[in-house]
Amino acid sequence: MRQRTTGWIALAAAATLTLSACGGDDTPSVEPSDVEAADFPEGSTMAQLAEAGSITIGTKFDQPLFGLVGPDNVPIGFDVEIGKMIAAELGIGEDDIEWTETVSANREPFIQEGQVDIVVATYTINDERKQVIDFAGPYYVAGQALMVRADDDSITGPDDLAGKTVCSVDGSTPAGNIEANYPDAELVTFAAYTDCLDPLRNGQVDAVTTDNVILAGYVSESPEDFQIAGEQFTEEPYGIGLALGDDEFRTFINDVLEASFEDGRWQAAWESTAGEVLDTPEPPAVDRY
Amino acid sequence: MDSVIESLPKLWDGFTTTLFLAVVSGVLSLVVGTVLAAFRVSPLRSLRIIGATIVEIGRNTPLTLVFVFFVFILPTTGYILPLGRVPAVIALTVYTSAFVCEAVRSGINSVGVGQAEAARAIGLGTVQTLSLVVIPQALRTVVPPLINVLIALTKNTSVAAGFAVVELTATGRSLARDFPTDVLWMLGGVAFFYLVITIPAGTIAGAIERRVVFSR
Amino acid sequence: MSGNVLYDAPGPRTLRIERIASIAVGVLIVGFLAWVVVGMIDRGLFNERWAIFTDPPRGQSAEDVWYSLLVRGLGATLRAAAVAAPIALALAFVLAILRTSGLKLVRGPAVAIIELLRGMPVLLMMFFGLLAFGLTSFEAVVFGLALYNAAIVAEILRAGLAALPKGQVEAGTAIGLTRWQTLRIIQLPQVVRLMLPSLISQFVVLLKDSSLGFIVGYPELLRTMQLNYSFFGDQYRLPLFVAVLAVYLIVNVTLSRLAVYIDRRLSERGQHAKQATVLLPAGLDVVETKGP
Repeated sequence: MRQRTTGWIALAAAATLTLSACGGDDTPSVEPSDVEAADFPEGSTMAQLAEAGSITIGTKFDQPLFGLVGPDNVPIGFDVEIGKMIAAELGIGEDDIEWTETVSANREPFIQEGQVDIVVATYTINDERKQVIDFAGPYYVAGQALMVRADDDSITGPDDLAGKTVCSVDGSTPAGNIEANYPDAELVTFAAYTDCLDPLRNGQVDAVTTDNVILAGYVSESPEDFQIAGEQFTEEPYGIGLALGDDEFRTFINDVLEASFEDGRWQAAWESTAGEVLDTPEPPAVDRY
Repeated sequence: MDSVIESLPKLWDGFTTTLFLAVVSGVLSLVVGTVLAAFRVSPLRSLRIIGATIVEIGRNTPLTLVFVFFVFILPTTGYILPLGRVPAVIALTVYTSAFVCEAVRSGINSVGVGQAEAARAIGLGTVQTLSLVVIPQALRTVVPPLINVLIALTKNTSVAAGFAVVELTATGRSLARDFPTDVLWMLGGVAFFYLVITIPAGTIAGAIERRVVFSR
Repeated sequence: MSGNVLYDAPGPRTLRIERIASIAVGVLIVGFLAWVVVGMIDRGLFNERWAIFTDPPRGQSAEDVWYSLLVRGLGATLRAAAVAAPIALALAFVLAILRTSGLKLVRGPAVAIIELLRGMPVLLMMFFGLLAFGLTSFEAVVFGLALYNAAIVAEILRAGLAALPKGQVEAGTAIGLTRWQTLRIIQLPQVVRLMLPSLISQFVVLLKDSSLGFIVGYPELLRTMQLNYSFFGDQYRLPLFVAVLAVYLIVNVTLSRLAVYIDRRLSERGQHAKQATVLLPAGLDVVETKGP
């Protein structure tokens, strides 16, 4: 509340307006653990973050179930819960997390430039990306699928896409896959998946493609308009992006993830977010490459 | 460098799409802009007010917002356009018309009143006054700023890249992603195609302008 | 509208006809607008969706909606413009001075740089920043806006320099000032004052172009609008759009009016504004040629 008032004054004064995000009215659902910088190897990323007492996490801001932000600027979703869990293990409470929006097209640069400490943003682990950043995880395995209009049964899989218009997000893995493997489909890209929904509803495009769990979120919001067509046709392991070569940090996050798979925190995070629409899956095996 | 040669067909496709957008929206906005200019210099006050209002809104609205309206907002009200070039041409035309109107209007205003008065004094009718005296002079001053408006339009077609049109800039963006080590070359190639249009057009506008100034 | 190039001064009868026609057209226009509004009502566009500004759904407060649009969104838009404008102005001074240099060796490259920057879309320059130089989306927006507008403003300043009476430079030289001193003490202060209206108009252009941040992933006003409708659902697109359009119009029209006001003040105070406007090349569309 205080920050918001400050903001209004800043606007009134037409000042330069450098405002950080506000929010955090809720009581923390994840208590930070009782750790200090000294508990981590000296000079490690963990020690630095614990010392600073804050962390910057990149996530999606427009992805129902995984990372969605309303005007109150409080992100909600499974990715957000995973981020909070990692922060908590560094002794950082959720009020000290700075959430930054990362879109599909800018996740690698954000990590490379050090604008974010980690990215938890429905972020598929792949070899191309591993050349410039490193991944912890996976913490979930999704798969690319197709969403079509509820009354359309002409498409049941990617092979039916020839001559059809498919909508996806610029710079995303699913868009790349369509471009490379299904060249007969006409690909239309926007900056956000939400911008594909109305065109699908209106018949301007025939299908929307991205990961099944993301599509499930949209179907759950408009079941009378949309349906998932057929099965998923790829495997998309979601990882946590971090700076290339920071093996200590990667191992730390992998340990946190494995522990959360064991002690039920992962399942709890799922059930309070994506689990409202989807069944709770088995946690995946972490890949310590 | 080889990757640029390899990507030339794609760049060329992008270039032709950019040209298509520029030419079609250019012709349409010349027509709409001239009609708007006629509104603004009309003897009817209500037409002048509506013309001025449209131009004021057009000049103060970002082009991106015009695109957003035709691509993302209008369909939610039930008016559905096909995706891609159609809304792009409409958005570019709506935006550019306001600037065409201002160029045409200032061209008309640049002709001295004495010219028309002299024409009437020697007994020329309204049509003859306009076609023999006013319009030939107005055209000369109108052409250079109009070329500049069309150059701006050519550059503005790049905004369509954000709205599902694969023109030059969108091609450059996707090529930059396909060849991460040659980003500078790819975008440089895209820049070259724009400059091929804009620099010669600018030079022509400048040359006409100088001739007009001298002939006064 | 006395003394018009297009038609002769109207007599009393024509005036009467014109007044009647004007009212008739006015009624037509109002009728058209009413028809649009009725069409919107028929399509249910005036339903509860407008409550987003007073009582939004999904457990959000109206205050948060306005805060996200006006403070976070508009704030980010103004921040990009406020950072880019001074950089553009500084670069423009350098370019304009080089461009008007007596040495061909200096003038040539300056001309080339200006033409290059003017000839490219701003969006493409932002992509250069983002993809080729690894800038953040904010930096890329500032980069594109600053470079492009530097070239445009350099041309405005050059036109201003050309419009100053020759005697100004000659007087400077006569009292023993160097070229640099003449520029700094005599020419540039006058040029900036003379060109202030054009500079403000160009700032409006810069502010409008900052909306390209929407495409390169900078969370400015349009992106904030998009995040809002992503969160609330598609039917809220129209009210959010109307709000954002209103914000842009208020900010830009105010600035444009300011430019016109300053222009008028300058000519009243006997500055050379009017004279300079006539001397300017017609291609500089930022300067409006005054009507008779």
